[in-house]
Amino acid sequence: MNAPFARGPIDGARLTDSRFTVPGMRCAGCIAKIERGLAEIDGVEAARVNFSSKRVAVRHNKGLTEQNLVEAIEKIGFEAQKVADNPLATDDRESKALMRALAVAGFGMMNIMLLSVSVWSGAGGVTRELFHWLSALIAVPVVAYSGRPFFESAAMALRHRRTNMDVPISIGVLLATGLSISETMTGGEHAYFDGAVMLLFFLLAGRALDAVMRNKTRAGIGALLSRMGKSATVLEGNGAHRRLAAEDLEPAMLMLVAAGEALAADGVIEEGSTTLDNAMLTGESTPEGVRQGDLVHAGAINLGNPVQVRVTAAASDTALAEIARLMDEAGQSRSSYVRIADRASRLYAPAVHSLALLAFAGWMIAGAGWHQSVIIAIAVLIITCPCAMGLAVPAAQVVASGALAKRGLLVKDGSALERLAEVDVALFDKTGTLTLGEPVPQLGHLTTYQASVALALARSSRHPLSKGIAKMLEAEGIAPATLSGLREESGLGILARSGDTPVALVRPQNAGDRIATSLKIGDEAIEIAFTDPPREDAGEALAALNREGVGSSIISGDRPGPVEAIARKLGIAAQAGLLPDGKLRLLEGLKSDGHKPLMVGDGMNDGPALAAAHASIAPGSASDASQQAADAVFLGRALMPVALAVRVARKTMVIVRQNFAFAIIYNVFAVPLALAGMVTPLIAAVAMSLSSLVVVGNSLRLAKAAQ
Amino acid sequence: MSGLAFLIPIALGLGLLGLAAFFWAMRKGQFEDLDGAARRILIDDEEDER
Repeated sequence: MNAPFARGPIDGARLTDSRFTVPGMRCAGCIAKIERGLAEIDGVEAARVNFSSKRVAVRHNKGLTEQNLVEAIEKIGFEAQKVADNPLATDDRESKALMRALAVAGFGMMNIMLLSVSVWSGAGGVTRELFHWLSALIAVPVVAYSGRPFFESAAMALRHRRTNMDVPISIGVLLATGLSISETMTGGEHAYFDGAVMLLFFLLAGRALDAVMRNKTRAGIGALLSRMGKSATVLEGNGAHRRLAAEDLEPAMLMLVAAGEALAADGVIEEGSTTLDNAMLTGESTPEGVRQGDLVHAGAINLGNPVQVRVTAAASDTALAEIARLMDEAGQSRSSYVRIADRASRLYAPAVHSLALLAFAGWMIAGAGWHQSVIIAIAVLIITCPCAMGLAVPAAQVVASGALAKRGLLVKDGSALERLAEVDVALFDKTGTLTLGEPVPQLGHLTTYQASVALALARSSRHPLSKGIAKMLEAEGIAPATLSGLREESGLGILARSGDTPVALVRPQNAGDRIATSLKIGDEAIEIAFTDPPREDAGEALAALNREGVGSSIISGDRPGPVEAIARKLGIAAQAGLLPDGKLRLLEGLKSDGHKPLMVGDGMNDGPALAAAHASIAPGSASDASQQAADAVFLGRALMPVALAVRVARKTMVIVRQNFAFAIIYNVFAVPLALAGMVTPLIAAVAMSLSSLVVVGNSLRLAKAAQ
Repeated sequence: MSGLAFLIPIALGLGLLGLAAFFWAMRKGQFEDLDGAARRILIDDEEDER
């Protein structure tokens, strides 16, 4: 029933696999439509949708190009983009290995527990010895297999003369297993196999939760990433066209940039004139008209006509690459951030080790003999329960990020939540962040006839202002007028005839700072003004941040006029006309004053600032690089998720600290028991499960945090 | 005691069987797309017109 849709094998054709990302799928209907629609195409053998990562894998014969398939998916009604072969494979491998280790530990834990319960309920003599041997038989391979993630990480830490959470865990598990084997051989009364394997199981659960959280978000963000300007069509000397990847472009090549395409390199316009959308690079909301001889930059999107561009700088020499380098440098500081779990384990590991050593030494001095002293020292290692510790952070963070994901905010990893909780000032970019970045036309004063002409004209252009008019009028249900002789003149506008009357949608004569367009019908000219209004809930979101004690201001690359208008509207401070390195310097300044800034921005020009900030959030419409640099990505038209992120992150840290506090209180009670030699394997097992359950239960309180 | 000689291997065998089943499912990619699996049950089967 749910097998991939297939038409049966295609004879004699060599098949190949392609993957496409389709961010628009929302429901079961979409899955069925895409799979069935693709399967009906000649040359497609099978199509399978992966809904979690919003991708579709297609098996087709080599005769079909990727372009054909993208067009086919678009015909079905979805935007699609080709993706490289699974870029997430490496993360997948890690989490799969963790899952396997977790399954093995779970199997071992249950079966050993089965045998242990029999021993605890009074099996003695030969039966007990047999059960201990059986437990050993299960535990040794399980510890060897499931313990690997911890042993490797502990070995790494010791090689670098450091210690981390994995060192006491590894020592505890290995010692407990070794001691239990020797107990079994000598027919002793207590074996701790169950404790050792259970410890591994709970800790692996914590690790696996962490990995699942990271992967889920990566898949979500991966589906948003586009292929902006990753390749270009190059015109050869003999007139032939060739498609080249951005990194293979060289200066002096001639690029042919189609309408709607992003530039892959910096260059000078050789032929043609057009309008460019530079919003990603500069934060400028108004498209810019360019002519022959003008310098254009990689990352800009061509809105008007096809142009030919002579490459002046390619690959790593472009202005875009310069920004990327700034981002890399700015991002260095963040990698030095130490997560709370590691800070805790720096104290925890030496404390536990010295306690165990003290116990051993103390009992030796008291004359208990080697055997007794070692058993007690190991009981201390096991009972101090790194499981509550190991679960304290991931459990809380997974629940919190799940709650945030439901509200449209994808958090990249646990350290992002920790840093978000610490921010004390927020800086917002304007275009596309505080605003939606889509100019909204004021059309109230048009008559029905004027509106229908405007719609017919606007529909034929890719210019963002035209798109805005078309979208608005279509939503109002206006029927387009019938026009003849439609043509678009770049830098001027769209011209046509309605019957005998010339009509046009053109740039007004004296637009100045305002964004506007002029509708001409015969001799009459009607001005249509545009605004890029703030997101509807921007005011509320800023107020909510204020309640958290986080003050906001705007830092924008746009001109002072529009920036100040929005700042006044929202009642916050603003700085306009900032270049990428200007934004970066501003953030560095705040950081050196001891602030912990949160940066919210979308363009390439915000990239360095996003990377340098203590924590950063980007909207889902942001450029790829900005989403990569940000700690979290929010989707949709609301700004509220930004304020929610800070609030939930802070709640999460409260719960994490509670979890740690509980683990410490638990140890205060448990350690004396262990030191006194009262901890049997039964008590260790019960204490371990109980403390883990309490920590997980406490973390589940976060499920409603984002409401 | 003689009962145990049967029962314990059987218990372990069943556990291993479950573990093997999990590994098989994982290798086959059954856990690749959990959200999709949740939604696929809503897809109506179309009658193949052949």
